[in-house]
Amino acid sequence: MLVPTTTPSTTMLRLRDTWRLVTLNRKVSFGLAILAFFVLLAIFGPMFFPGDPNAFSPDILQPPSTAHWLGTTQTGQDVLTQLLWGTRFSLIMGFAIGISTMIISVIIGLVAGYFGGLIDEVLSLFTNVFLVLPTLPLAILLAAFAAYRGPLTIAIVLIVTGWSWGARVLRAQTLSMRNRDYVDAAKASGENSLHIIFFEILPNEISIVAAELLGTVIYVILAETGLEFLGLGDITSTSWGTMLYWAGNNDALMLGAWWWFLPPGLCIALLGAGLAFINFGIDEIANPRLRTEPKPKLAKRNKNREVAA
Amino acid sequence: MTFVAPATASNPLLEIKNMSVDYYAANGTVHALTDVSITLERGQILGLAGESGSGKSTLAYAITRLLRPPAEITGGQLLYFPRPRDGENSGRLRGSSRANARVTSSGMLTENVESAEGVDILEFSPAELREFRWDELSIVFQSAMNALNPVLNIGTQITDVLRTHRPEMGADARHKRAIDLLRLVGIAPDRIKSYPHQLSGGMRQRAIIAIALALSPELIIMDEPTTALDVVVQREILREIMQLRHRLNFSVIFITHDLSLLLEIADKIAIMYAGRIVETATRTELHQQPRHPYSYGLLNSFPTLHGPRRRMTGIPGSPPDLRDIPPGCAFHPRCPFAFEPCNTVLPVLCTSTPETPGQQVACHLYDQRFNSEGLPTNADFAKKYESAYETGQGTRKAV
Amino acid sequence: MNNSIPPILEAVHLRKYFPLRQFNLSGASEAVHAVEDTSLALYPGRALALVGESGSGKTTVARLLARLYEPTAGTILFQGKPLNTGKVASLRSYRHHVQLVFQDPFSSLNPVHDVRYHLSRPLRLHGYAQNRNYERELILALLNRVSLSPAEQFIQKYPHQLSGGQRQRVAIARALAARPEVLLADEPVSMLDVSIRLDVLNLLLGLKNEQQLALLFITHDIASARYFAEDTLVMYAGQTVEGGPSEDVIQSPKHPYTQLLISAAPDPDRMGTDEQGTAGRPERGEIPSLIHPPTGCRFHPRCPHAMPVCRERFPGRTDLGEGHWTNCFLYGSGEDDSSATSLTDNIASHTVVPHEPKQAPQADVQQKEEAAPEHN
Repeated sequence: MLVPTTTPSTTMLRLRDTWRLVTLNRKVSFGLAILAFFVLLAIFGPMFFPGDPNAFSPDILQPPSTAHWLGTTQTGQDVLTQLLWGTRFSLIMGFAIGISTMIISVIIGLVAGYFGGLIDEVLSLFTNVFLVLPTLPLAILLAAFAAYRGPLTIAIVLIVTGWSWGARVLRAQTLSMRNRDYVDAAKASGENSLHIIFFEILPNEISIVAAELLGTVIYVILAETGLEFLGLGDITSTSWGTMLYWAGNNDALMLGAWWWFLPPGLCIALLGAGLAFINFGIDEIANPRLRTEPKPKLAKRNKNREVAA
Repeated sequence: MTFVAPATASNPLLEIKNMSVDYYAANGTVHALTDVSITLERGQILGLAGESGSGKSTLAYAITRLLRPPAEITGGQLLYFPRPRDGENSGRLRGSSRANARVTSSGMLTENVESAEGVDILEFSPAELREFRWDELSIVFQSAMNALNPVLNIGTQITDVLRTHRPEMGADARHKRAIDLLRLVGIAPDRIKSYPHQLSGGMRQRAIIAIALALSPELIIMDEPTTALDVVVQREILREIMQLRHRLNFSVIFITHDLSLLLEIADKIAIMYAGRIVETATRTELHQQPRHPYSYGLLNSFPTLHGPRRRMTGIPGSPPDLRDIPPGCAFHPRCPFAFEPCNTVLPVLCTSTPETPGQQVACHLYDQRFNSEGLPTNADFAKKYESAYETGQGTRKAV
Repeated sequence: MNNSIPPILEAVHLRKYFPLRQFNLSGASEAVHAVEDTSLALYPGRALALVGESGSGKTTVARLLARLYEPTAGTILFQGKPLNTGKVASLRSYRHHVQLVFQDPFSSLNPVHDVRYHLSRPLRLHGYAQNRNYERELILALLNRVSLSPAEQFIQKYPHQLSGGQRQRVAIARALAARPEVLLADEPVSMLDVSIRLDVLNLLLGLKNEQQLALLFITHDIASARYFAEDTLVMYAGQTVEGGPSEDVIQSPKHPYTQLLISAAPDPDRMGTDEQGTAGRPERGEIPSLIHPPTGCRFHPRCPHAMPVCRERFPGRTDLGEGHWTNCFLYGSGEDDSSATSLTDNIASHTVVPHEPKQAPQADVQQKEEAAPEHN
């Protein structure tokens, strides 16, 4: 009887390959470093700086000092604490909404692309309608008219306006994938359609999906921040966007309280840049032609003129 | 082994000497070509046969200097012997202006009026290379759809070439020449405005050949020109190439994996394996008695249409990974005749037997220092391959 | 052709048209007439070579038989019975019996899955593997059967780590995993290196003999058809033109297209450039468009012997004796067999054999093999 030999090596090999691929590409490493920084900040920040972000204190509009590293707001709240809690909020919102949007676009895009025919027509029509709607203005409108203002509203609004682009791209990619031989081979083996879509085709589109996800997360973070800045979110919550809202409302710029609006602004910009770098890097990994080859050491031309005997 | 000059009068057109090409990849250097030397005579069809990894396409690209980094020519010379032309073509490639590149061929001076002096293509400056390309040497690629610009019609693609190399030609003259060329390859002149996707596979290939002939080159390199085509169309295209060659008198380097095709059309055949030439012979010599075990194996990988039906075995194993070429003779892991020196000593190309001085082979079986028994005949080859197959059936590592 | 064994898979007057989705103002919708009235039969332990150039419809026939497409007209019979009845009532149970090997080893394996995945799927789908251990044993056995050893090393490899020949072997193993009785091989070696083609072909032949598989071997190379298969069927532009024992078809081809095909094939025994060409060989010719194919016999525009009737209708099958037949008016107008429900209705010595248990044909075929060993 055959003793099953464990093959941990495959998973290890794959992980190692991925690690090497990821660290070799400078853009991805840089972007990942930034992302990692923010994730760590979100997870551990509030632990190291305990404090209630909403706690009022008598120190009003203080510039950065040893007591308040990033100064205080108009109501004496500690900017650093707010920033750390805000990081958590923004990241969670960003990724949660991003992932939800991605799931929807994956399902709709792949199903439409694979089945074709009537299903495709209907889903494409649906997608096209949403595609045409201007996202940010619509998001603002919807948020403004929603009865309840808060993270859930923002989430729904952004998901509804954001899924169509990814669905379109994935549909196009699936249309080309479904004619590959291995899809026919799976059919000829007797696989059913759902298995083929999600286990044969989708794994081949992971890089596109990942790129979509990152793009969506950037969009979501910016859009969510924008909505909150306009006051369309829950203004009592703590996030980068609401910080900017209160800073704007209290004329922080005119008062010269740079420590109030600069940190959240920088965080948004930095995180966005980091995600964008990862996105560029993924493009390069997925499409070898975009990689810039390291210039090979050109060997000296051999001037030897001996003729082989 | 001393180099014995072939008996026929030498009228070389292209001499490749010790050419080596490497590709630098992240996980190792690939030796695509190692020390390849061969001569193409004027008016000859030279066939290069080999499978994937043999280096035949790399050689074609090296000759035309179309290799790009990470590929690099790491050694050798590429001597070209231009025919001095007069009239409108004077001023092209005259050896006198390239003093430091001039080399005589093998030390032998020919009696011909044609130039006896060669120029090293590898030393050309970009300007010289532009002149050289297409005027003296053109190339027909494997897949016409890849070589033709999909957004230009074929008439424009031909006149483009003419506009670049013959600036003195007027638009009318160019148009006329394009029509002449199309008619030459058997495309009706009214298709001059057709786009590549509107033509069938055979016609596209003919269009490529027309473009290659535009400047009446001396040498045309054909890299698997008919592989992507159906058998019947392939036969037509081949026949046309032969007819054109008789009319226009150019030489051909014909690269293919289909050795049976070369046996029909090539004057001289060189068989490549893992970046080296392992045998050169005329087609008659190769058909009657292949020398290298790989040549025999390759010849017998093509089922025959006529003749007795018997089991054929092919060659055990598979072509090697060029990053990791076996030591000694690259073929030894697959060779039914492998013996002691094969995995340590590299065989070099030399004359196989005194009776067939033109047939050169790189194999220790023909080196009297190593092999004192007789030379293998076709029957010996057959027996050894058969028994290799039998033993392989039980235990062989699969390809 | 052996008359006592019933065919295991038959195609009877198959037709396949692919409609073109075009916005056509004139109203008439166009279609690609890929397969026009094709009939063939596959027998256990025998290989049938389907020879044709591009556009001949041979790949479409394979996919019709693999039921990746549904025929526009005609029937497919498995063990004498039409599909959707009996043993192959469902599509999945059909796949149990009929498997397809694809041409391109580089795209028929999913690049993100390893060999183990590729082989375990059919084992699970068809219910052969009760548990992971047994499944692994079966996979190793399959890999050994296609000579991929040591099997333990191959089981965790990904397609890009394998050579072309190895990938094709994995594809064959995947087809075998379902334990089919019929193997359809669509140009299984044309994308492999020349020196390893014979290895893979010999593997298929060995499997055919060991397991009495019925093989359909699709190829554009008529010489390998001769090597590989007992019977050959030649197609042109979607129509069958000639068929019969391989040796007969190749040594004495009757249909002008078959003759053209054989004269065009590389033949080292015919050395030297053949510039004159034999009289009667058409100088220029391309496969016709299948959207607007020529009427009647589709070869007539290129045929040196074309007659007016060739343009009017497609000739029926003319029996040339010994199982050799052709569809050509030069030899006869053929019986009107378009109403037949099975090939076996036509050939006098056949009787329609009802569904038999699987064991019975084995003995007969073994006897036949011993009687006429043409090649191993």
